[in-house]
Amino acid sequence: MTAPTRPYRFGDVILSEWTKFRSVRSTYWTFAVAIVLGIGLSALVSGISANHYHTDPTIRFGWNPVQRSLRPGWFLAQLAFAVLGVMTVTSEYSTGMIRTSLAAVPKRTRMILAKILVFGVAALIVGEGIGFAAFALGQALIHGEAPSASLGQHNVLRVVVGTGLYLLFMGLLGSALAILLRHAAAGIAFVVGILFILPGIAQALPTSWSQPIEKYWPTNAGQQLMATHRDPHTLPAWAGFGEFAVFVVIVAVVAVILLERRDA
Amino acid sequence: MFNDVGVLEARNLTKRYGATLAVDDLSFDVKPGIVTGFLGPNGAGKTTTMRMILGLDRPDRGTVTIDGHPFRDAPVPLREVGALLDPKAFHGGRSAYNHLLCLAQSNHLPRSRVDEVLATVGLETAARRRAQAFSLGMGQRLGIAAALLGDPKVLMFDEPVNGLDPEGIAWVRRLMRDLASLGRTVFVSSHLMSEMALTADHVIVIGRGRLIRNESTREFIESSSHASVVVRSPAADRLASLVAEKGGTATADNTGAMVVVGLDAPQIGELAAAAGIVLHELAPQRASLEQAFMELTQESVEFHASGRVAQ
Repeated sequence: MTAPTRPYRFGDVILSEWTKFRSVRSTYWTFAVAIVLGIGLSALVSGISANHYHTDPTIRFGWNPVQRSLRPGWFLAQLAFAVLGVMTVTSEYSTGMIRTSLAAVPKRTRMILAKILVFGVAALIVGEGIGFAAFALGQALIHGEAPSASLGQHNVLRVVVGTGLYLLFMGLLGSALAILLRHAAAGIAFVVGILFILPGIAQALPTSWSQPIEKYWPTNAGQQLMATHRDPHTLPAWAGFGEFAVFVVIVAVVAVILLERRDA
Repeated sequence: MFNDVGVLEARNLTKRYGATLAVDDLSFDVKPGIVTGFLGPNGAGKTTTMRMILGLDRPDRGTVTIDGHPFRDAPVPLREVGALLDPKAFHGGRSAYNHLLCLAQSNHLPRSRVDEVLATVGLETAARRRAQAFSLGMGQRLGIAAALLGDPKVLMFDEPVNGLDPEGIAWVRRLMRDLASLGRTVFVSSHLMSEMALTADHVIVIGRGRLIRNESTREFIESSSHASVVVRSPAADRLASLVAEKGGTATADNTGAMVVVGLDAPQIGELAAAAGIVLHELAPQRASLEQAFMELTQESVEFHASGRVAQ
């Protein structure tokens, strides 16, 4: 091969990571599962709730069509996105591909940032798609006497857009943890711990302890972006999400520093 | 030949894993245009050394460079070093074509290289199949294809013939020789001396992470093997005493033949003829390379098969 060549750039590595991303089936079916869970569950809950609106006073009380259509979906999809984020990284380690990848791109930060960027763009598109589709389908299924919502109403657009953003950052958290732990099961266990188990334990503490913990716990804070009305014991929407995003970025920075220093 | 074409220089490489000193102050050069064998028993530190060359492991001490630069800083890494470290270092869910394509893209190599290396290793027909269905031999070929992708100055193969069928082994040997004759630097590890005797021009022998020998294969063979002669004769006892008189040593081997060390075959033949002794066999022997290699590395093997810990 005598063709003149130039030094490789970040763009080359992005293209390479895109090829990796699109050339394995697991990418498609894991996103498909997230989409089906996210939209399907929202549609199901919206439809069932609307059907019982007239007969069940507990549903009528505090009726919030935005939350009916979005919350069930993101609640499950957040786990699917985190798992996807984990697998994006750990598939390199579990298959041995990491050695080949780093022998081609020895600047490790360049490789991992390209990988996260490709995953992040895909996760944002799919996440926003889930948010808007779940909202649209949910509102379409809310019928009869049950009032439905529209994007023009106060805070609604922020909640719908925020669903995709939150899902993106859950995916990024999964990736960052996976770079740290290099093992799928460990990465997923950590995500579940952060998302469900530790906040659950905090609830068992006295209120003077549990309230600030619940308020500032990163994933709880991030979820405020999907709150239609602010609860006095929670952070404002963007402040809460900002805290979550900063947390994810810190985990990612630590992970990348360790990636550079450790033996691969 | 230019000077700046893939000289691999390791200087004082040292790597410790916990309590184990895997590589201990190892220095050597690997030169272009020849096949350099990297020999040592399993666990001697060959793979660790290769991982440090690629920057996968960070040396505790020492440096390794290609034409004076660390591999990490290579402007186009795949044009510097192509490496086959293990035959399964790919994602099984991806096709061979896409595996090679993503590697080519990462270094801005033309897409045509993918088809070229697939043809070189004979995987054209399997290129679109998912790699998880590949046999060990096909996986090995895919790994070699990846190593060849950038037409690199340095090619590094870790135990490349492991798990290959005889045809595959012959193919790998020929490939290494061809690459060396094209002026590439070929650095290939093995724990089998006999394999290296067939392909390597130069050998670097390590044991317990330390350098034992660094010389041409011919020098290595000559300095490490002891010549002996197998003799069969109906008057073996009489011949043995004549051999002893001339300064040789005769011992009986387990088949009843006599093994003479210290005299060569013509000397023994003349001795027998002068004494009127009939010879049924007169066969010069070279101690097998494997034997020489084992003797050389014996002290450095961590555990002998008997389970005794080496001195």
